[in-house]
Amino acid sequence: MPNKILEVKDITMQFGGVVAVDNLSLHVNKGEIVSLIGPNGAGKTTAFNVITGVYQPTNGQVLFKETPILSSYPKGEMKKAYLGQNNGKYTQIIKKTPDMITKLGMARTFQNIRLFKELTVFENVLIAKHMRCKANFLSATLCLNYKEERQMRKETMDLLEILGLSDVKDEMAYSLPYGQQRHLEIARALATKPELLLLDEPAAGMNPQETDELTAFIFDIRKKFNLSVFMIEHHMDLVMEISDRIYVLDFGKLIANGNPEDIQNDPKVIEAYLGGADDDGE
Amino acid sequence: MKKQKKIAYSLILLAVTFVLLFFLEGNKSEYGMAYTVIQKGIILAVVAVSMNLVTGFTGLFSLGQAGFMAIGAYITALFLIPVDNIEGVFYIEPISPTILSMKKAIEAGPAWLQPLIPYIALILGGLAAALCAGLIGIPVLRLKSDYLAIATLGFSEIMRAVISSPQMNRITNGSYGLKKIQGFDSIIQTFCIAAFCIALMILLIRSSYGRAFKAIREDEIAAEAMGINLFRHKELSFIVGSFFSAVSGGMLAMFMRSIDSKTFSISLTYDILLIVVIGGIGSVTGSVIAALLVTMSKEWWLRFFDQPLSIGGVEIPLFRTGFRMVIFSILLMIVVLFYQRGLMGKNEFSWVGLSKACKKLKNKLVKTSKKGGNAHAE
Repeated sequence: MPNKILEVKDITMQFGGVVAVDNLSLHVNKGEIVSLIGPNGAGKTTAFNVITGVYQPTNGQVLFKETPILSSYPKGEMKKAYLGQNNGKYTQIIKKTPDMITKLGMARTFQNIRLFKELTVFENVLIAKHMRCKANFLSATLCLNYKEERQMRKETMDLLEILGLSDVKDEMAYSLPYGQQRHLEIARALATKPELLLLDEPAAGMNPQETDELTAFIFDIRKKFNLSVFMIEHHMDLVMEISDRIYVLDFGKLIANGNPEDIQNDPKVIEAYLGGADDDGE
Repeated sequence: MKKQKKIAYSLILLAVTFVLLFFLEGNKSEYGMAYTVIQKGIILAVVAVSMNLVTGFTGLFSLGQAGFMAIGAYITALFLIPVDNIEGVFYIEPISPTILSMKKAIEAGPAWLQPLIPYIALILGGLAAALCAGLIGIPVLRLKSDYLAIATLGFSEIMRAVISSPQMNRITNGSYGLKKIQGFDSIIQTFCIAAFCIALMILLIRSSYGRAFKAIREDEIAAEAMGINLFRHKELSFIVGSFFSAVSGGMLAMFMRSIDSKTFSISLTYDILLIVVIGGIGSVTGSVIAALLVTMSKEWWLRFFDQPLSIGGVEIPLFRTGFRMVIFSILLMIVVLFYQRGLMGKNEFSWVGLSKACKKLKNKLVKTSKKGGNAHAE
């Protein structure tokens, strides 16, 4: 039985009267690349935001490395307004903030690139090392942790070299070309030493050549850093090529899951994407 | 540029500064205006850098500086009024007996303690302000941008109102203020304290924590996803900023020798904000340069416009007291128009940068003179 690194159980996320994610359950095994796809507005990014602790789910539980990191049930005003299922199944409230979840070993990137724009590439990655900084601010101010600081800089430099960003290390993040900004965002996430990497549309806005490069890049980092990857993506070529398993979301509900071939031939998926008409499948 | 050369230049700059300061100290009476203005500029540089730490580096738009300065100033002042003068200062209501006995105990203390008292007072003032900042930071730092500014502004006003309230007469002397505060020994002492404070803040900014602050300024959501605890780091920046604001408030009390609650009104915060904006939000050297420039032009260089002026027997009507502030405001507008991100932007002063700027200027001059020459030839 493979080891589940991430398990999402019956997650419902309701905003007012809108159910953005409805009773979503999925899991990612160690070493797998799993994709979450679905038409625009299906609730993919909301699901990501729940998993990474940005939103507290209305109901359900998220387990990371088999320990619960988030758990919730409808309470307060939501008690009456709740439209989802499995009410009463969960009785615990656990809420870890995004920084705590990152510290546990789950890193993410963003759909609309969120780099520290006016800092250099090197600093962008170096900042991700801060969370493991043991020195308190006084000793850091007085440079008493110079060994630790040197170690942080060395690790950052090594990482940049592995990822091929070392020649742009002193450039400002905003001045990089689009494809490299995406790479930098992934590099920054990798600097937190994650076990699970969540990528929110890593190929958005990329041309076919850049997408191919990204595919190779993701395979490469999975091998080098021993990662599991969970990603949202729209580029079907990329998804079909890279994924071990795929989950399909439509109107907040899971409509299919399985390996790429099954998904490609699933009538429900085709209908969700094309609304019943014939087209090229994107 | 070589490292040795840079160090040599920096040492020369430092030496020149010290020679200048010693010269001023030696000729206090002759250069009274310069002496006072530079001293004030140095003190404002500390608070400007501390505001820059919070606003420019962490992205928290806080306007509470005057309040924290007031805390530091009053605590320092209470320590530094000699016991013999206490009765003369607290002439409405006598000082609280606890404070008086404490002061007497300190004054009767060992001789080696006496020269250290100003430093202890400054640090204690800073710690008190840091405590206040920590407490009000818990609710207030959840707010963002303008809302945070209004909340901290409110705190600053509350502080001022509390200090001047009659209920505080026995501690702060209410609205009568504190007088006869022991001043600085020399301008060199002022400079050294200020330089020490600013150096500490620069070190903090350059440490791992400083980078985390910058990350929060650039993008809070991404910073949190990088494992940075937002609240802890915002609180830390706010506390450190308030500590140094209060230290500079204490220095201001020592500089002015007499303070009252009106000294720490909103306009003081605005003066500091002005310095930070002119110098460049996110530049320590910018704040220091702007603190000196703004103070000097406001109090010294523009005095000329306050004197009545007559050319050829005709009195120019505009030249009278207060006119310099008009000129000052116009200058500010010009600076802001041409340097939209402040004099230094987000850059720091460096010898390489200076030499580049000099070369640029030289090239420009050469070009314009060539153009002029050509025009003549035609």
